[in-house]
This record gives sequence, structure tokens and C-alpha cells, in this order.
Amino acid sequence: MTTWDYAPAPESAALANLQPSYRPFVDGAFVDGGGQALTTVNPATEEVLAEVGTASAQDVDRAVAAARRAFEKTWGPMPGAERAKYLYRIARIVAERSRELAVLETLDNGKPIRESRDVDVPTASAHLFHHAGWADKLGYAGLGPDPKPVGVVGAVIPWNFPLLMAAWKIAPALACGNTIVLKPAETTPLTALVLAEIAAEAGLPAGVLNVLPGAGDVGAALVGHAGLDKVAFTGSTDVGKEIQRTLAGTGRRLTLELGGKAANIVYDDAAIDQAVEGVVDGIFFNQGHVCCAGSRLLVQESIAEEFSELLLRRIETLRVGDPLDKNTDVGAINSRAQLERIVDLAAAGDAEGAVRWTSACPLPERGLYFPPTVFSGVEQTMRVAREEIFGPVLSVLTFRTPEEAVAKANNTPYGLSAGIWTEKGAKAMWTAQRLRAGVVWTNTFNRFDPASPFGGYRESGFGREGGRAGLEAYLSA
Amino acid sequence: MTTTVPAPRASLDLADAVRDDGSLRRFLRGLPGVDQVGLERRSATLATRSIKKESKLQALDMAISMIDLTTLEGSDTPGKVRSLCVQARRPDPDHPDVPPVAAVCVYPDLAGTAVDALRGSDVAVAAVATAFPAGRSSRAVKLADTALAVDAGASEIDMVIDRGAWLTGRYGQVYDEIVAVKAACGSAHLKVILETGELAGYDDVRRASWLALLAGADVIKTSTGKISPAATLPVVQVMLHAVRDWHRATGELRGVKAAGGIRTSKDAIRHLVAVNEVAGPQWLTPDLFRFGASSLLTDLLRQRRTQALGHYENTDRIGTA
Repeated sequence: MTTWDYAPAPESAALANLQPSYRPFVDGAFVDGGGQALTTVNPATEEVLAEVGTASAQDVDRAVAAARRAFEKTWGPMPGAERAKYLYRIARIVAERSRELAVLETLDNGKPIRESRDVDVPTASAHLFHHAGWADKLGYAGLGPDPKPVGVVGAVIPWNFPLLMAAWKIAPALACGNTIVLKPAETTPLTALVLAEIAAEAGLPAGVLNVLPGAGDVGAALVGHAGLDKVAFTGSTDVGKEIQRTLAGTGRRLTLELGGKAANIVYDDAAIDQAVEGVVDGIFFNQGHVCCAGSRLLVQESIAEEFSELLLRRIETLRVGDPLDKNTDVGAINSRAQLERIVDLAAAGDAEGAVRWTSACPLPERGLYFPPTVFSGVEQTMRVAREEIFGPVLSVLTFRTPEEAVAKANNTPYGLSAGIWTEKGAKAMWTAQRLRAGVVWTNTFNRFDPASPFGGYRESGFGREGGRAGLEAYLSA
Repeated sequence: MTTTVPAPRASLDLADAVRDDGSLRRFLRGLPGVDQVGLERRSATLATRSIKKESKLQALDMAISMIDLTTLEGSDTPGKVRSLCVQARRPDPDHPDVPPVAAVCVYPDLAGTAVDALRGSDVAVAAVATAFPAGRSSRAVKLADTALAVDAGASEIDMVIDRGAWLTGRYGQVYDEIVAVKAACGSAHLKVILETGELAGYDDVRRASWLALLAGADVIKTSTGKISPAATLPVVQVMLHAVRDWHRATGELRGVKAAGGIRTSKDAIRHLVAVNEVAGPQWLTPDLFRFGASSLLTDLLRQRRTQALGHYENTDRIGTA
């Protein structure tokens, strides 16, 4: 047999324009934060990338006060058409600096350059463009003829899509006339800080956008701050519950976008090769670090054997390795703590009697990696079927009838997303109506568009981001 | 704990599929569907593979060795065919390490000329037959056309299916014709041209692929090169799925030929990526994958020299047949 190995095709790390140190962005300027500096590492090598200054409680006060001033003096009173110009400018600069942002994101997060280049950065830019278009049309959003901004927004975002999640929070908040204090994740602060630099380059008035790096304590200080009018959080369900407790009774608005354990339902009449592709994309995209990842495959028993064979063959062809290599499909796990969590949950799968299959693909010798893994013989009661693993681990369950598929898909505390694979339109609609999930994809998965709302039910949170529905969280009618 | 991918399933009852017209129809209609959006999305992803340096050099040579160097013009002459054969044997005399192409593909009346010109080489002679390219003639004419090529010494026959019969649902007629041509081929290899640009979408491509495989095609081929669109990445992907599934069902290895419209090295390499990742590395051989092309070779040679020389080579420095 011919072996044809693809030569490494690494993107140049120099494009990231990496600085030795980064600082918080408060009131239009990069400042020395009062918190203990942290280092951010490249998960592909575990080497330190940069030192990052963090915020103290006083910095949080300063940032919230700056946002308040900007809201009252400049940004809030500004006509929507004027705000749109700033957002368009930011969106354009993000697009212009897309290569730099993609490489920086890949260095800091560990995701393959193919994804940061083709998904994260273009989608972030699209989100900014989309909301720029809304800034002067808020009266047509269905929330009354003249909806008003809510005020100062505190946003806390996760490490899995650092730039994209920043754009998801900043774009609607600013378009609606709010000002924002953003806390990026401890392990991936860099692209949010470059986004702040871009905002400054675009001439965004001081205080409209503030970025405060730091760990959970900074996040807690921010979301608990009495000077906020709204909190937007994307992250784990546990932290989300904590935030909800903090905000209960304060009258401040809250949206939560939390974890998930999405089901991908494959009926026996599905276009089988494309369903295989969609299941692979659903769970191995971004190393499975996706809150809406299709981590539970529900396949109809009549095709389960054939589907599993094709699926495993396909997974074997995934290339795991250097995230900067343009041919890498699955990159590095973002942190050692997350890798340990994946290892522990996979061990629970073994212990509970599920059958583990691991791709034979070679892994790099250093760095944080976990090979694509599939558990078969999984039952609803097992931890690998119930808990969010947030890694490249797929659990395979089977069903016999559409009713059983729906029952199993809904038998989870979560409800963020789901997938349906069938050639029958009526069956797809029947199923979608019964699934308790915020997003249901049919014959596709993990598709994001700024015009379509995204968000969850139950322990996956509440509120929607994107589209007309997403504006509601940032406006008072 | 690591286990390998499970072995292929026990074979389908393929004999039953071709028992009569009805069972053939039911079998073809029972094949899993192809989702256009998902298929094209996967093709777009395959096209983003970055093939550089040694792997690009390897790909260029692989692609050269898989070419059916083709001339199918009404104006073809023995001189033109001989000129093509010289290039087929030694595509780049300045670089003797360049492999010969797989075959020279001509009309049946010129097969003898090609056989003479290629004697002593490993380059095969392929001839299009069966009233190529439209296939609009009687079965007797098509079989006579095939016999003409086989008698002249062609070792590969490229036949077209009757698209009129296919589109009116007369699957049995198409099947019978392939079986008859296969019999007329003797020991020659049979490539069945589906002319995918004239079929009704990807589901049809999958069904036609299976029909040709059931009827004994050694290779399923996309196009005549006379119709656009010809070989596209999504269509080739569907056909690669078909031969992969045929192998899973029967253990037999059948080939795919992407013909028409592939003119650049970049496009050829994208197809090789699809072969490697969709069917599997087992198919990366001239026995199981071919390019039907006339101008692709020049670009492959140009790219090959560019890799070696470090600058983009002027085409006039490369001989073209």
C-alpha cells in the first residue's frame, strides 16, 4: 500500500505578533492591574507564551465606573447610526488582522489553525458586522418603537472560543448602546486584549469597552458588582448557578449560557456518509471543547453496526497534533486541569462497563493531548452519558423507535443543542418539536450564524445570543 | 485500551440485487441517500489540506503515474497519437526520474497506432468505445466498437452508459449493456463512464456507481470530458464511497477514474487527498485511481520542476505533445 504522509505545513507563529506581556484595558488605556500577574501557556507545548497583568477589586471598580461614565456621557446618548460606524470599523479591523488573530488564538488555546482561521475569526467578524447593522434599527427588533440600552454590562467568557465569545458579548451590548466590562478566561486572555487594542485603534470612546484579565476571583468581583445593570455569562453550569445565586434579588439582569450533553440522533434513513461526517464534526470540532458538542450519539439499532464501522474508520483519519499545522484536525487540550478531567471521566466510562475505543493516530510527545475516543455500549445511567466531558470523547447509545430516541435525548439535565439525521422532512420536524434543546440542527451540526439565536434550556442556561432574540437581553422596552 | 476498526461486514446478497429489473430497482433505491450540503461541505474541507514539500513531490509523481493521457478529437491523427505516446513513455526527458503515465486514451480506430507506439513500455492503451461520447447507437454497434478496440490491442476499454435509458429508469437495460460490453472486453479492463454531469444529482451518481459495479465494471469513471460539469470533488467523493462500500461488502478492489476538467496540479492533489481520506490509502495506485486528462500533465511537470528549481518554470521549457 502506498503511504502518503502530508509534510508538516506549519503556520508561522511570528504572525501572532506575540508580546512578552499584556495588561488590562480600562477606560480606553492599557493599565497596570493591581492583581497578581498570571502567565498564559501554549497547551501544545506547555511553554509560557506571555505574562498577563490581572485586575484587582479596585480595578473592577474603576472599570465599572469608567463604563458608567461612558454610558451616561458618550455611548448611551450617541445615535445608533454613529455607534454602528465604530462597530463596522472594529469588524473590519478584525477581518483585516484575521491571520494574526487566528495564530494568536491557536497559540493561546491549542485549537487547530484550520478552525481558528476558518471558523473562529470569520464568525467573530461576522458577529460584529451583523450587530453593527442593528445599531440604528433597534426600533424594528420587535421590542417596542424605541427600546433603550440597559446600561453597564459585566460579561464573563470561557476559554473554548476566546475571541468568538468576546465578540458574542461585545457586539450586541455595544450595538444596543450599553457599555461593557469583559473578563476573559484565565487560560486564554490574549485575543480579547488584542480586541481591546483593535477597539482603541477604531477610536472607540474611552470606557465603552473594558477588558479585565484574571481568574475566578476577578469574575466573581465583576458579576457581584453593584454598579452593573446586566451580567452575561458563558461557562460551566456550576459557576452559572453560583452567579444566579449572587444576582438573585438584586434586580440586575442575567443571561447564562452553560454546559450541554447534546444528542445526535441518527435515524436509519439518514444519508449515512454525511451523518458520519456530522457526528465527527459534532464531537471532535475544537477537541470537543464546545458546550453544544454532540457528545451523545443516538443511532437507530437497525444501522448501529454499519454506522459504527464507518464512524470509527472516519475517526481514524483525523490528524491529531501541532495546532499550528494547517493539516491538523484535532489540536491540544486547553489546560492540564481539563486534560485530567477528561482522563478521569473516561476512566469512569471504563469502570461502569462501557467499551472504550481509541483512535490509533499518533500523538505528539509533548503538550496536552487526548486521542479521539468513542465509548460504545453506553447506557443512560452511566456518567459518560450524563456528565459533560468537554473533550474529544463520544458516547454511543442506540434506540429502536423515534419515541425512544426523543426520550433518551431529553433524559439529561441539560438542553442546549441536538442534532437530527434523516432524509424524511416530516420525521425531522416531528423530532425537533419534541426535543428540549435551544438549538436543533437537522442534517448538519455546529453551524453558527450571527442571525440565528443560540441558547439553552434547563441546566444549559437561559437567554439567547444572536439575531433579533439576542438583542432582547441588552435592551429595555 | 486500543482496538482496531472492526472488520467489514459479511457480504450483502448482491446476486439477488440483479435477479431482475424489479430487484435491481429496489436495490438501487434502497441505497443510503447522499446529502448535498454535507457532501459539498466535506469536499470543501478536503480541499483545504495543505500539501507541501516532500508530500507534494510525492503527490505530483503519483498523479503523473495515474494519468490516462487522452486525445479524443475528431481531428485526431496517427501523428498526434504517436506524439502523445512519446510523451507518455517519458513525460519529461530532462528529468528521467519522472514516471511514465498509466495509459494513453484514444478513439478505437487509433488504438492500433497507440499499441505500436507504446510497445515495450509499461504504458497501457485505453480506448473509448460504445459510440463514445453520446452512446446513442444500437447495442450491436457498441459491441462492434468495443471489438474494434480490443482487436487492435487496447488493454483498457472506456465505455459510456446509456444516459437516456438510465434517466427513464430502464436500469436493467443499462446493466445488461455493461455486462455485454464487459464480456466483449475479454481480458481488457472495463471503465464505465457515468457522465455524472448528465445524471440527476448525487443520489443518482451513487446508484449509477453501484449499478456499474454490480455489472462488473473494473473502474467507475466520472465523465467523457465532453460535458460540463465533469469531475468535481463531491462527485468523486460519492464514487469513492461506492468503491469503499463495494470493498466492505465483497472484499474486491475496484477503481475510480476522475475525468474531465482537472487541469491543474492543485486540483489533482485535492483529488488525491480525497482518495487518501475517503476511500483510503489502498486506492492510491494507478490500478485503482486514474485521472483522465490531456493538459494536466503539463502543469504537473511544471510544478515538479518548480519544486526542484525553486522558481516557477516557464511552460515553453517543457515539451508538450
